[in-house]
Amino acid sequence: MTNSVPEFEDADCILITGSNTTSSHPLIASRVMKAKEKGAKIIVIDPRKNHIASLADIHVKQNLGSDVAWINGLMHIILKEGWQNQTFIDERTEGFEDLKKAVEAYTPEKAEEISGIPKETLREIAELYAKSEKSSIIYCMGITQHITGTDNVKSLANLAMLTGQIGRPSTGVNPLRGQNNVQGSTDMAAIPNKYPGYQDVTNDEIREKFEKAWGGPLSPKVGLTVVEMINAIEEGKLKGLYILGENPMISDPDSTHVEKALDDVEFLVVQDIFLTETAKKADVVLPGASFAEKDGTYTGTDRRVQKIRKAIDPLGEAKPDWEILCLVGKALGGKGFDFQSPREVFDELAELTPIYHGIDYDRIEKEIIHWPCREKDDPGSPYLHKDGFARGKGLFTPIEYKPPAELPDDEYPYQLTTGRLPFHYHTGTMTRVSPSLTHEINEAYIELHPQDAKALGVKHGERVRVSSRRGAIEVKVLVTSGIKQGVAFIPFHFAEAAANRLTNSAALDPIAKIPEYKVCAIKIEKINGREG
Amino acid sequence: MEYQTVRTTCTYCGTGCGVLLEVLDGEVVGTLPQKDHPINEGKLCIKGWSAHEFIYADGRLTKPLVRKGDKLEEASWDEALDFVAKRLLELKKKNGPDSLGCFSSAKCTNEENYLLQKIFRAVIGTNNVDHCARL
Ligand code: SF4
Repeated sequence: MTNSVPEFEDADCILITGSNTTSSHPLIASRVMKAKEKGAKIIVIDPRKNHIASLADIHVKQNLGSDVAWINGLMHIILKEGWQNQTFIDERTEGFEDLKKAVEAYTPEKAEEISGIPKETLREIAELYAKSEKSSIIYCMGITQHITGTDNVKSLANLAMLTGQIGRPSTGVNPLRGQNNVQGSTDMAAIPNKYPGYQDVTNDEIREKFEKAWGGPLSPKVGLTVVEMINAIEEGKLKGLYILGENPMISDPDSTHVEKALDDVEFLVVQDIFLTETAKKADVVLPGASFAEKDGTYTGTDRRVQKIRKAIDPLGEAKPDWEILCLVGKALGGKGFDFQSPREVFDELAELTPIYHGIDYDRIEKEIIHWPCREKDDPGSPYLHKDGFARGKGLFTPIEYKPPAELPDDEYPYQLTTGRLPFHYHTGTMTRVSPSLTHEINEAYIELHPQDAKALGVKHGERVRVSSRRGAIEVKVLVTSGIKQGVAFIPFHFAEAAANRLTNSAALDPIAKIPEYKVCAIKIEKINGREG
Repeated sequence: MEYQTVRTTCTYCGTGCGVLLEVLDGEVVGTLPQKDHPINEGKLCIKGWSAHEFIYADGRLTKPLVRKGDKLEEASWDEALDFVAKRLLELKKKNGPDSLGCFSSAKCTNEENYLLQKIFRAVIGTNNVDHCARL
């Protein structure tokens, strides 16, 4: 996030897209509601009428995968009306002329045709967003899980820069991270092309710094992403895989393909707290500890580095994960794994990571710190881009609309989108063993529009078979006018009816390599007979 | 009876609400919101209020497991760690460092993510390091 969570409360306009905020980030949703109480206008652009949409001043359901088109449409209108922030554009950005040229073609009519959002509504949204004193954008996986995910994110950044709605409190472009430490794991370089703190593995000077610190030569070659590693197993190139606390059997798109890869890989180590579907395939399973059994830090979605503290000993012979990793490092003959505590690990990583350099355990005991925090006297950065962008000037990137990789056809006439529920977490390994949460809901379902249900001859509560080119699952029907006609929604937490058996992992965003989870073509059939 | 609360951070989503784990005689029995935490200010969502419930759930792993034929069997830490090291080093020797890779975890701590990527980059010698959160 460019801005911190409490800042949402003081925004004048909040544009939310592709985020089921109330479900996925309830305590951020409550800030949005506070902002509304204080008079902010809330705009939601989402194919489902989720809870936050029901509170919005404006809610529109766009066609799946049409985001670049409506965002370009908004910018077209803003430029036609002269609502852009020209001072910000002149002083802080470059590439404005290229952007202007690119959005010229996205007339309100064209944007409406592609996105299904009426042009009058687009105008209203453009005006509210551009002319409010402080406008903030919130987005989540609904924006990133498309082949155009990177384009979508860049388009939102274009919109914020065009109107100067960034670099001040209560503005900005704010991705909400799903799992508790997505931000931190990315910061710590659980990504194939960076060292901790987004330092390039291909940069010689930086690599030398890490070679010196870690005491050995490092590879200058960018590594593989999760999806590429799965494919590399199939191609016989990847032989050994170590999975820490993840359950890709359910979380990955096209899980049939993942299952085969995990069966085929020569050696699989899984370190987790439960015997997940993934762990069952392992050659070695190492029992880790829950958050209550260890010390460490998480970095929240707004770059806030916070402590977790040990409350009890690990169960049985389980060990804190940091300790297991030190043992593995040493067993492999590695140097530099003699840490006595997470505090010592943090000190080493802070030393090597400029954006964390000023942070230590004593400081975060007493203060809330958002990175970048470069020195001990640096208070940290609740919001980014105050005086400039990381690269100096903010660069506008002209983006053209591209349709989703898989469009409905005669055989697979419906579009499927997936998402989270408020009661469950990711693949459900933690929440589905929690009585208070399973009491709320413990079964997958498919949301269908009443018209679609009628056409299919199915009623609320009946079971249907849902299939795509990749697989099929059976689920119960939930009829709701909250979803766009022609579109179906399935939550992805449930292993026995994993929505990701249907989704399309072949279609990747070319830059972020995120699979197109949020759109695929499906067929829905009523299940006849007794079980129906 | 010994009762204490431990200040920590909710483990369920990136909002990072401040929670207090209630510990009674060495067992976590409840989760409360931190009143003075700037993010949640004394509130929690339903996941946060039940953040302790999975800790003692059936199926928690309490011993290392090593595959013997079709079955995963309990093993000692020494046996499990030796096996991990032996097989990874064999594969590295035979097929090169880029034949190995890891999925790190958006659920684990910064320190743990740092250590796993350090193992793969510095000891194995590959940048095949990613996490499932882009998913
Ligand atoms: S209490 Fe709810 S909103 Fe807060 S961190 Fe936990 S899951 Fe997220």
